[in-house]
Amino acid sequence: MNFSKSFRNTFLIILLSLIVSACATKKTTTTVEGQMQGDVYTGTDTVKYLADGVPDRVFFATNESILTTKSRDTLRKQANWLRENSSINVVVEGHADERGTREYNLALGERRANAAKDYLITYGISADRISVISYGKERPVDSGSNPLSWSKNRRSVTVKAN
Amino acid sequence: MIRIINLFFIIFFLLSAKAYSLIEIDITRGNLDPLPIAVSPLFQDDSSKRNSINELKIENVGSEISLVVENNLKISGLFNPLSKEAFLQKPDIAHLKPRFEDWALIKAQALITGKVTIEDKKLKVEFRLWDILAGREMMALAFTTVPSNWRRVGHIISDKVYERLTGEKGYFDTRIIYVSEEGPKTARVKKLAIMDQDGFNTKYLTLGNELVLTPRFNPTSQMVTYLSYFKNLPRVYLLDIETGTQEVVGDFPGMTFAPRFSPDGKKIIMSFAKDGNSDIYTMDLENRIVERITNHPSIDTSPSYSPDNRFITFNSDRSGFQQIYVMKSDGSNVKRISFGKGLYGTPVWSPRGDLIAFTKLHKGKFYIGVMRTDGSGERLLTENYYQEAPSWSPNGRVLIFYRETKSNDKGEGFSAKLWSIDLTGYNERQVQTETDASDPSWSSLLSN
Repeated sequence: MNFSKSFRNTFLIILLSLIVSACATKKTTTTVEGQMQGDVYTGTDTVKYLADGVPDRVFFATNESILTTKSRDTLRKQANWLRENSSINVVVEGHADERGTREYNLALGERRANAAKDYLITYGISADRISVISYGKERPVDSGSNPLSWSKNRRSVTVKAN
Repeated sequence: MIRIINLFFIIFFLLSAKAYSLIEIDITRGNLDPLPIAVSPLFQDDSSKRNSINELKIENVGSEISLVVENNLKISGLFNPLSKEAFLQKPDIAHLKPRFEDWALIKAQALITGKVTIEDKKLKVEFRLWDILAGREMMALAFTTVPSNWRRVGHIISDKVYERLTGEKGYFDTRIIYVSEEGPKTARVKKLAIMDQDGFNTKYLTLGNELVLTPRFNPTSQMVTYLSYFKNLPRVYLLDIETGTQEVVGDFPGMTFAPRFSPDGKKIIMSFAKDGNSDIYTMDLENRIVERITNHPSIDTSPSYSPDNRFITFNSDRSGFQQIYVMKSDGSNVKRISFGKGLYGTPVWSPRGDLIAFTKLHKGKFYIGVMRTDGSGERLLTENYYQEAPSWSPNGRVLIFYRETKSNDKGEGFSAKLWSIDLTGYNERQVQTETDASDPSWSSLLSN
């Protein structure tokens, strides 16, 4: 009696956990798909905010420094915020993923940071309020070795300097 | 039986280009049959042993030196040091006159013997190299130094033996400068570190307060150039490793990086990035005159001079992707030399002048390879998940580079280690370091 009851319970637990894990697997894959467009990160996992509704970072495709539509949208928000807060200066940090040679990635990070800086300048922010620094692949935010982690690391981040 | 061996000797004599010695090692091919060599412990008498304990806290520095030699010869991949347990002759007797039959019996083809004495705070070492098959002495040398230099003595003996048997300079009395790494990937602490080529005598040259990258030796002195993020300004620095003096050399408004010395040690060549564009510049260390070498809207980086100072190889994405180029050292005659599938980076000119080593990325794999200076004859030596930044041994026979492992989604399982491989593609080995390590650079021979 006891034995068959506990057997039934165990069976139920196994069944339940199977259902749960099936859901979990499904959920993760859809999230991953929803977080990248091409190989550009579109999620918000690592994003911080300079102010309400003003994301601090934009993401790039592998080996690219071209700003996506979404990146330009983010940078326009940053430009508006900078105009409203004219006493604040910023540093734009450029980063690359771990799948490139160190020196080339330093140059690539610098190119990405300047792409963001140039866009801010186009939207009326004075160049002397924006400095840039490249960290190449030296400061990843995500330490995984997979396409999603790398996409989060290919970024430029606007940081308050004062 | 003896007659057959004699016959073999005669034939060998006739065929050998260097008829005066019977042993010769061809290092241009992968050596799958390393030369059996016996390294007899260097003999030390009892009074020297007492001095050895007093001076060095080592009972038998002679044995220790022979272990240094044995290890060097072994890691070169060209020699097979035989087990000392099989040795029939005592070290002191063997050093006077080996009984060649005894050494031939254990299949040794060469024998190293020696003697050390420590007196008046001086270490005196003599050693001999013997050709067992020919039954004669090939080389005898003696030197005197301070006792604390005993490991270097081992390296110098190794170099002499290597040179005598291969016909080329050795690379054992050298050091490696590299970046020591610790901590998680997202907050890695990096320090400049230096060690003997065999992984001993590690010293840390920076404290880890600021990010440091890509140290490179001056081929003519004990100077190092590297990239430091001191005060969050990425700049090229110069460091004297004897005195510890540091100075910034690339203090331009922007980032200076990817530094390397010219072969004559008089200039630093580096990249300077400003407004999203990286170009190549040189700075004369004597008069501090800066010259712009490339002027192109693409990324130009990782420059390296040819040993005669006449050419520069570098990495550019002017074709749309990272490729290797060669130009005259004034920046004229730029020619792309890499045309294989994939991306190419970190070209480094061999000290022998005939080859360029590089990193290649193709279909998600990283390769270390070599090609001729016109881009022909590409040979990939090793494939891995991630590896880059080869640096040549001073004799141009071995490459040292670093390799990173893949981490899982939590970032676990990540490591960075130094590896070396022969130009032939054989003899791939991990180079021991106290911590994780990257960006190795090989020094010139210290004694020359």
